[in-house]
Amino acid sequence: MEYVIEMLNIRKEFGNFVANDNITLQLKEGEIHALLGENGAGKSTLMNVLFGLYQPDGGEIRVRGKTAAITDPNVANNLGIGMVHQHFMLVENLTVTENIILGNEPKKMGMINVKAAAKKVAEISKLYGLDVDPYAKIEDISVGMQQRVEILKTLYRGAEILIFDEPTASLTPQEISELMAIMKKLILEGKSIIIITHKLQEIMDVSDRVTVIRKGQGIGTVITAESNPEELATLMVGRQVTFKTEKTPSNPTEEVLRVENLVVEDYRGIPKVKGLNLSVRKGEIVGIAGIDGNGQTELIEAITGLRKVKSGRVIIDNKDVTGKKPRQITETGVGHIPQDRHKHGLVLDFSVGYNAALQTYYQKPNSKNGIMNYKVISEKAKEIIDMFDVRTQGEHEPARALSGGNQQKLIIGREVDRNPDLLIAALPTRGLDVGAIEFIHKRLIEQRDNGKAVLLLSFELDEVMNVSDRIAVIYDGEIVDTVVPSETSEQELGLLMAGHTKDEMPIVVEEVGLKEGGDHHVK
Amino acid sequence: MSNRFINILVPVVSIILGLIVGAIVMVFSGYDPIKAYIALWNGIFGSPYAMGETIRQISPYILAGLAVAFAFRTGLFNIGVEGQLIVGWFAAAYIGMAVELPAIIHLPLALLAAAVAGALWGLIPGILKARFGVHEVIVTIMMNYIALHTVNALIKSISGGSYKTEKIHETASLRSEFLSNLTDFSTLHYGILVALAMVIVMWFILEKTKTGFELKSVGFNDQASQYAGMNVKKNIVLSMLISGAFAGLGGAMEALGTFGNIVSRSAFTGIGFDGIAVALLGANTPLGVVFGASLFGSLTYGAGNMPNEAGVPIEIVSIVIALIILFVASGYIIRVVLSKMSKKKEAK
Repeated sequence: MEYVIEMLNIRKEFGNFVANDNITLQLKEGEIHALLGENGAGKSTLMNVLFGLYQPDGGEIRVRGKTAAITDPNVANNLGIGMVHQHFMLVENLTVTENIILGNEPKKMGMINVKAAAKKVAEISKLYGLDVDPYAKIEDISVGMQQRVEILKTLYRGAEILIFDEPTASLTPQEISELMAIMKKLILEGKSIIIITHKLQEIMDVSDRVTVIRKGQGIGTVITAESNPEELATLMVGRQVTFKTEKTPSNPTEEVLRVENLVVEDYRGIPKVKGLNLSVRKGEIVGIAGIDGNGQTELIEAITGLRKVKSGRVIIDNKDVTGKKPRQITETGVGHIPQDRHKHGLVLDFSVGYNAALQTYYQKPNSKNGIMNYKVISEKAKEIIDMFDVRTQGEHEPARALSGGNQQKLIIGREVDRNPDLLIAALPTRGLDVGAIEFIHKRLIEQRDNGKAVLLLSFELDEVMNVSDRIAVIYDGEIVDTVVPSETSEQELGLLMAGHTKDEMPIVVEEVGLKEGGDHHVK
Repeated sequence: MSNRFINILVPVVSIILGLIVGAIVMVFSGYDPIKAYIALWNGIFGSPYAMGETIRQISPYILAGLAVAFAFRTGLFNIGVEGQLIVGWFAAAYIGMAVELPAIIHLPLALLAAAVAGALWGLIPGILKARFGVHEVIVTIMMNYIALHTVNALIKSISGGSYKTEKIHETASLRSEFLSNLTDFSTLHYGILVALAMVIVMWFILEKTKTGFELKSVGFNDQASQYAGMNVKKNIVLSMLISGAFAGLGGAMEALGTFGNIVSRSAFTGIGFDGIAVALLGANTPLGVVFGASLFGSLTYGAGNMPNEAGVPIEIVSIVIALIILFVASGYIIRVVLSKMSKKKEAK
């Protein structure tokens, strides 16, 4: 009776591939239970089995002690199981209420009774502190709000057990902490939660227990309070994971990239990069730290030729490449791991092999006199797959079928393999699990040790602190300061990123302190 | 079930389903479906003559299908195949009639003229799309009307006020006494060889050349293509150019093979629009287009025999043919859905 959901020895096969092998997950009433595993470990498969999207090939599901055959999502709904999907399933131009009642509209004399539904939505929203406007249009509300609509949708349909599939993947830090608060509120109101994630900090913050799966196998369940991130990472990856990337002090030599007084505008003609100066030398990793939207994307796109430069200069290897075409810049010796791997990094419908050749397909021996040599391309792709541990069924598999981490490894393999003097890595570890992050950090440092220059753009402070030799802080389109990781702190970086200068910092800290004190006083 | 088996099974079942529903329509309209289908069969395969005419009909469909499919592979929807085909038809007819040259030069020149005319007609929407972002669907639709009426005016002006041009010289003709004799004096001509050669050309461009790699890449993801240093605009223009050339050659089939001239038209030929369906039936692959065109060409030609032999009015015939094609197209959809589903499962 203690368990609301029991998934016992679940097995799921796709052809010869075993996605879930003998996995057991038991959810207690009123707990937040984390399901942890690397990308492609089988977390989503297991939850899709629970939600009735897949039928298990073995094992048993029990809901409140009774064996249940969950043949489709409607059965799951009726059993009180609701799922908040990673990719929201909302109609953009309908209102919150319309989305929630979609497919299950309350009728009054043949007409949809939106008013009654909206009232109910508002009630539920208030009960759980969701703060959602029932009449707002989806396209007008933030991603975090949209997620709350998804949560409301499951609650409206009477869900007692909520499954969150990687809920924080697309949220800002602020929205993440709000979501955590909502989850705790849900538990207080008697719901039970399963959260799928590979982010260790979230698990530590919010969950009661953790079930770990690795490569489709159930590893076990631990109590969060008795564990720590290191142990969880080891369980998940199957070996010791180093959070702090090992590296020797840098030994920078001559300058590879020089950006002088660069001005770049966004698509509306508003300047985003405003007279920026930057220098990256051989043998060092320069990290760009900053809050999203301070001109990072425009800076990188201007350096790589994807965006027009309004004024200023970009010099790579002593050659002025300002306003040159992407290919000319690439051939100067630039490797670029783009910010959005689906939009820029890969042609998803192309095979792994074609993607591996995306930057070199036109060169000998990949093609000669306009004729492609796909045999050579395949061979080269196999090399990259081996060297960069890209887990794929082969070079003919579409890139779309790869997990995010493996797609990223493929891109990094392609870019590093060209041995560029300057490697630009924009958000190289976004959405990846710790194993893949560690791998990618090692590769970046390896490039540096080989005497190459690396420019790293990241929104994650740990990453910037860990990997960089120097940190350039970007704020409002300018580099406001450059610091050395060993001589700074996350607090100092945070303040610099928020637009404060080092000189005024002590005063600023005092001000903040005062303000907080003042608030307390009022309360 | 193996994949290959499904690949064969799906279209066969679709055709049978289409025939059954077509039969129901005929029964309700008071006609004998068995007699009608025998007439259809005879119209397609009944005699060497019928077979010759059927193959003749298939050639322009192949080229129109290739034109649509090629643009599609680069992410462009070329609805202007009809217009490109008409200007190609005119260009071939004009060169065939107006100049006198030995056959070895004259025929290739006339074909080239058709291809160039079609390509130029495709070039305009291509440039507008690449340079100004004007959607190619709108431009190509309008270009169809411009083609139709411009060609009508040109026919009038070069023929001294007549509604048709003079016949082309023998030296520019695709007609073949050999093929004609072989098929009991049908109008079968060498156009089918031109069409099949273009099937190989399209396959070669897409699968073997650097240009093909770029065209496909741009078609799938123009932003990643730009990141990889490809000239996206150039590829858009090039794709429309090649697509238009295929369409123009489709017009040459009619000018140099079937009709020997061009006659003023009050409406579109329909071949260009059917090319869209042909390309979709063939999943935009060169070989698939041959299959789609064969189905379209044979049904279109064979259906002509149904009113004569079975007394089914042409309107009913059109409905029946449309039903068969509809079912084949849905069969294709079913297969896509099936393969997408199995792919998704594998991916998870």
